[in-house]
Amino acid sequence: MPDVHAALADVVARERLRVVASLIRVFGDWDLADDMFAEATERALRRWPVDGIPANPGAWLTTTARRRAIDVVRRRAVESGKLAEVAMQESRETGELPAITDDRLRLMFTCCHPALPLDARVALTLKVVAGLPTAAVGRAFLVSEQTISKRLQRAKQKIANAGIPYRVPTEEMLPERLDGVLTVVYLIFTEGWAGAADGALADEAIRLGRVLLELLPSSDEARALLALMLLQHARRDARTVDGSLVTLEDQDRSRWDTDAIGEALALLRAPARERGSYRIQAEIAAVHANAPHADHTDWPAIVAGYDELYRIQPSPVVALNRAVAIGMADGPHAGLAVLDELAGDPRLSGYHPLHAVRGELLARAGQPADGAIELARAAELAATEQERTQIRRRLASLQSADSE
Amino acid sequence: MRYLMFVATDPENAPDSTGEGTLAIEEWVAKNDAAGTRIMGNRLRPAEDATTVRRRDGKVLVTDGPFAESREWIAGFDILECADLDEAIAIAAEHPMAAAGRLELRPFWPLEF
Repeated sequence: MPDVHAALADVVARERLRVVASLIRVFGDWDLADDMFAEATERALRRWPVDGIPANPGAWLTTTARRRAIDVVRRRAVESGKLAEVAMQESRETGELPAITDDRLRLMFTCCHPALPLDARVALTLKVVAGLPTAAVGRAFLVSEQTISKRLQRAKQKIANAGIPYRVPTEEMLPERLDGVLTVVYLIFTEGWAGAADGALADEAIRLGRVLLELLPSSDEARALLALMLLQHARRDARTVDGSLVTLEDQDRSRWDTDAIGEALALLRAPARERGSYRIQAEIAAVHANAPHADHTDWPAIVAGYDELYRIQPSPVVALNRAVAIGMADGPHAGLAVLDELAGDPRLSGYHPLHAVRGELLARAGQPADGAIELARAAELAATEQERTQIRRRLASLQSADSE
Repeated sequence: MRYLMFVATDPENAPDSTGEGTLAIEEWVAKNDAAGTRIMGNRLRPAEDATTVRRRDGKVLVTDGPFAESREWIAGFDILECADLDEAIAIAAEHPMAAAGRLELRPFWPLEF
């Protein structure tokens, strides 16, 4: 007898999203879909050791969950005296569940609907699409299971009350709505990246990115987002040494994940009709990935990337990254000149990387004392202990070099 | 689904004078009346002409003006009949006040007696 637990874990990982998404479409009840899928897996744990693992375990789970859901809905209808609804359930019983691929996409678009608050979109995607336990979703938001459970409930109520549809948006709405889904996936990725050392959410985000690309293979931005996440995640093992952050240029590049980089570069080789922000960011990350050593980085290519990115996304953070690249490509004075243009932007006030970048550029321009002042300011403003430690270490090396 | 669409001014954001993507109000009304997605609607007199009614301790209190003092005011309303929120969003996005002000979609919450 093969290991029932392993077989079940495997089929749950592969099929959960499909089954839950189709149950939501047929029954229109999110909690019921979740509960009945859980019941079906429990039933599998009891039945499979006795009956053997079914030939098609995914279909077995679908059928079992659907039958249980029909029972529950019928009982509710009888209890509330709405016998007409019983008849409706009968028709659901006989019909097959078509369009399974579409259902997964429907579910993702519904969870990321812009009429829901952003944190609810992220929470719903983690809970319903990625299938994370409620407590794990709560941990991602640093709130209790009870609090996140209320937020999830509120979001599901809004879906029902406001008439948020369970479908893939129309053609006119699709580009904008897809952008919303990509935003949620990338948000899950970056939260995981800054927050947890285990990178658990980054892995979830990459999984979501793969599903999305599988469902929308012609979307250039979905492909680019997956490439971008893979490239950034490839550096995870090199990003910290003994718990301290290591900057990109000082990372041990032999610890980069070459499989992930190879997969990302292959994704980027596919011709793109659309050059959106994820595409450009992924190309910039690919320039870094292609440099065997920081000194070999093609900085002019990175400057060109940030120029293009800034045209479609003129944010101060993009401008700051562009200044760093110009400082590397054309020398620290050129970088400082760009920074001076940015200094007055109120959106960068109190943003510690602005001071860290200026400090580095001043040091390289032969003004270590001025650089040290900026780095000290950056250390004061940095939000996490890890960042402060990294900046102070740099500050100390600057001061010791200065006194030599 | 039925939605009440508040047509309101937007004091925080400058209007989009291009009005791109919106229809003239006559066209918008004609289009949605013909499609059966607009049940009724109208312009409303400004806040100065509003009257607020309350009953407190059994007494009827009538006061001049709207219940919330704000720079934003509701200029009109429409009742929409739509399959779902996305249809209502698409209809609202074509209304001229989507560019000149803002629209709020409030789903009906039918009372069951």
